[in-house]
Amino acid sequence: MTRTPWLTSLGVALAVLAATTTGCSAGGRAGAERVEVSMWSHSAGNPAEIEVINRIIADFNASQDRYTVKPEFFPQAAYNDAIVAAATAGDLPCLLDMDGPVMPNWAWARVIAPLDLPESLTDQFLPSTVGRWNGRIYSIGYWDAALAMFARRSVLESNGVRVPTMDRPWTKDEFDAALVTLKNAGFEHAIDLGNYDTGEWWPYAYSPMLQSFGGDLIDRGTYRTAQGALNGPRAVAFAQWFQSLFTRGLASKSPTPDRQDFLLGNVAIAWNGNWSAPDAIEKYGEDLLLLPPPDFGEGPKIGGASWQWGLSANCPSLDGARRYIAFSLKPEYVAAFSEETGLIPATDAAAALTEEYGPDGRLHELVGFSREYAVIRPPTPAYSVISSVFEKTMQDVMNGADVQTSLDSAVDQIDFNLESNDNYGL
Amino acid sequence: MATIDQAPGAAVTASRTREAGPRASGRVPLYLLLVLLSLFFLFPVVFMLVSSLKPDDQIFQDLGSGAAFLPVGELSLDNYAGVFDRVPAIRFLLNSVFVTVVTVLLGLFVNSLAGFALSRMEWRGRKLILALVIATLIIPFETVALPMVYWVAKLPWLEFEGLRPVIEQGWLNSYQVQILPFVANAFSIFLFAQYFGSIPRSLDEAARVDGCGWFRIYRKVVVPLSGPVFATVAILTFLPVWNSYLWPLMVVQEESKRPVMIGVQYFNQLTPAWGETMAYSTLITIPVLVVFLSFQRAFVRSIAASGVKG
Repeated sequence: MTRTPWLTSLGVALAVLAATTTGCSAGGRAGAERVEVSMWSHSAGNPAEIEVINRIIADFNASQDRYTVKPEFFPQAAYNDAIVAAATAGDLPCLLDMDGPVMPNWAWARVIAPLDLPESLTDQFLPSTVGRWNGRIYSIGYWDAALAMFARRSVLESNGVRVPTMDRPWTKDEFDAALVTLKNAGFEHAIDLGNYDTGEWWPYAYSPMLQSFGGDLIDRGTYRTAQGALNGPRAVAFAQWFQSLFTRGLASKSPTPDRQDFLLGNVAIAWNGNWSAPDAIEKYGEDLLLLPPPDFGEGPKIGGASWQWGLSANCPSLDGARRYIAFSLKPEYVAAFSEETGLIPATDAAAALTEEYGPDGRLHELVGFSREYAVIRPPTPAYSVISSVFEKTMQDVMNGADVQTSLDSAVDQIDFNLESNDNYGL
Repeated sequence: MATIDQAPGAAVTASRTREAGPRASGRVPLYLLLVLLSLFFLFPVVFMLVSSLKPDDQIFQDLGSGAAFLPVGELSLDNYAGVFDRVPAIRFLLNSVFVTVVTVLLGLFVNSLAGFALSRMEWRGRKLILALVIATLIIPFETVALPMVYWVAKLPWLEFEGLRPVIEQGWLNSYQVQILPFVANAFSIFLFAQYFGSIPRSLDEAARVDGCGWFRIYRKVVVPLSGPVFATVAILTFLPVWNSYLWPLMVVQEESKRPVMIGVQYFNQLTPAWGETMAYSTLITIPVLVVFLSFQRAFVRSIAASGVKG
């Protein structure tokens, strides 16, 4: 009896105190102070990226007096989980970067808002660096990555293998013959496909081969089924060929991690990304070749769309966030990002400012790969499911599973997800 | 008591001395096998230590041979220097030490009191409560993680701006969000209840005759007799809190409050820094080894006494 009034009084006092203090605090912020625009990026542990982002932020904050962008950096492997948790807690930042293929799902879930940038600006960017969903732009990136066949001129020429070009890439038969020749030349395996990796690498690296065969991850006419695209005759031909690379001993099922076999001289060719080019250049110098992917029938293909910037839908200062993104797309920043990270700048103006990707740069041809060959992974909210199903299926195929059965099963899983979500409104 | 305890022990010692010769020689193959097994289990740790001193390309060159486990080639502390360039390692270590120590201390206190109440105090429904506590063990943390994030984002917390108290909403980006949800632990309560239950109740009765209340019985009688279970619970609480990854990843966004395990992912870039990963792993493994070696004897004794293998 004596305790209740005391506790009640304390509770009332605390509530009044809280109302008073938080009220004062909010009132203080609404004054002449700058509005804070929170930002999350996946760049933790990457000092080069952080340095450029911090430089852009410092310039933006100094260029006006209404907004202050405040960044927080997360490690990439943990980033998406942090975003999902923050979305659950209603604690997303205003600005956030995201992997390109993830964007449609977040746009569909209304986690992110359209950028509303002028087309005159976005048209200057590589198509694969602009994320569109339902006809609107939700994300844009400073750069893209490109896969290439890493090889050594001396090895190809001494074995009589033609050096392919963008005008005349290897055909499937030519590529197959080259792999057999190189394997017989004494290499442990002819090619490192990077299949030590897991996760997004599998659709990123191998679905372009599927597309070059004429198949796809989903029917892009409707985005309502994978039937025919992922288990039709062309997809089957791709998967059989992929399986044969391992059964014929041309590729290893368990290559050295981090695609090191090429640098160690264990393989003649590596299917690798431009981010690995600096190490390969250091190792092989002028002997290194970054070759276009083979044409398996429908032209050479590589995956497109990498990390891009977007806005969260519940951002209280959307105007400031949009201003920051527009500010950060200046050629000098896009170029700086490329210079620091080695990735492909998203605009020609920025490429011209860089040493490696400029007209006379050693990596200039990769800009052409991105522009000519890049196929964006299916822009559908179902992509995360498609990605994991494709990875599992291709690993089964690599390990000897029946091709047609595996692909049919993959189609069933993808279609089930689409049906369960009413085709995501498509 | 002491005489009774020692007498059989002395007999066993004498018996062992007599049989030492023939038995020792017969055990040589067994010891060799055990030494080999020990080496086998040590390999990952040795690989981590040795690789932390090598440049990345050498790590890969050595992978195909026994050199992977030997400190040979171009050795340096460059990877350790790289760790501090890439990650605020000291900050992460201090955060983890703080979060872990506080969680362990609070956990020992709270769970031992719960175990005491469930095992030694007679009250209606205690068996049912103990069963319910144990039943919660079947719920994996991952299934409740997101609802927990939702709730901790709504919980109030009293903070001070100077001397002025302020009630803030949400525990995100704090130390308490890494500590308080993990203080009460069903498995720890079960271990304490099991161990306390094995202590003769006549001690309680004697203490009560001497005028002790329940808390004094807990503090003066039960706790002094329960060193091994406290050591076991300390280690079993320490390890998951030190190794926690998913929870801090979801609830701590500010780098200044992150624990060590989040730091491991800093090295997983497009081109992973393997040598630095090994150096960082070595740094964050040292506290675990120190704690385990410090409590090893009590840990083994308690595990043997309680029959718990997990």
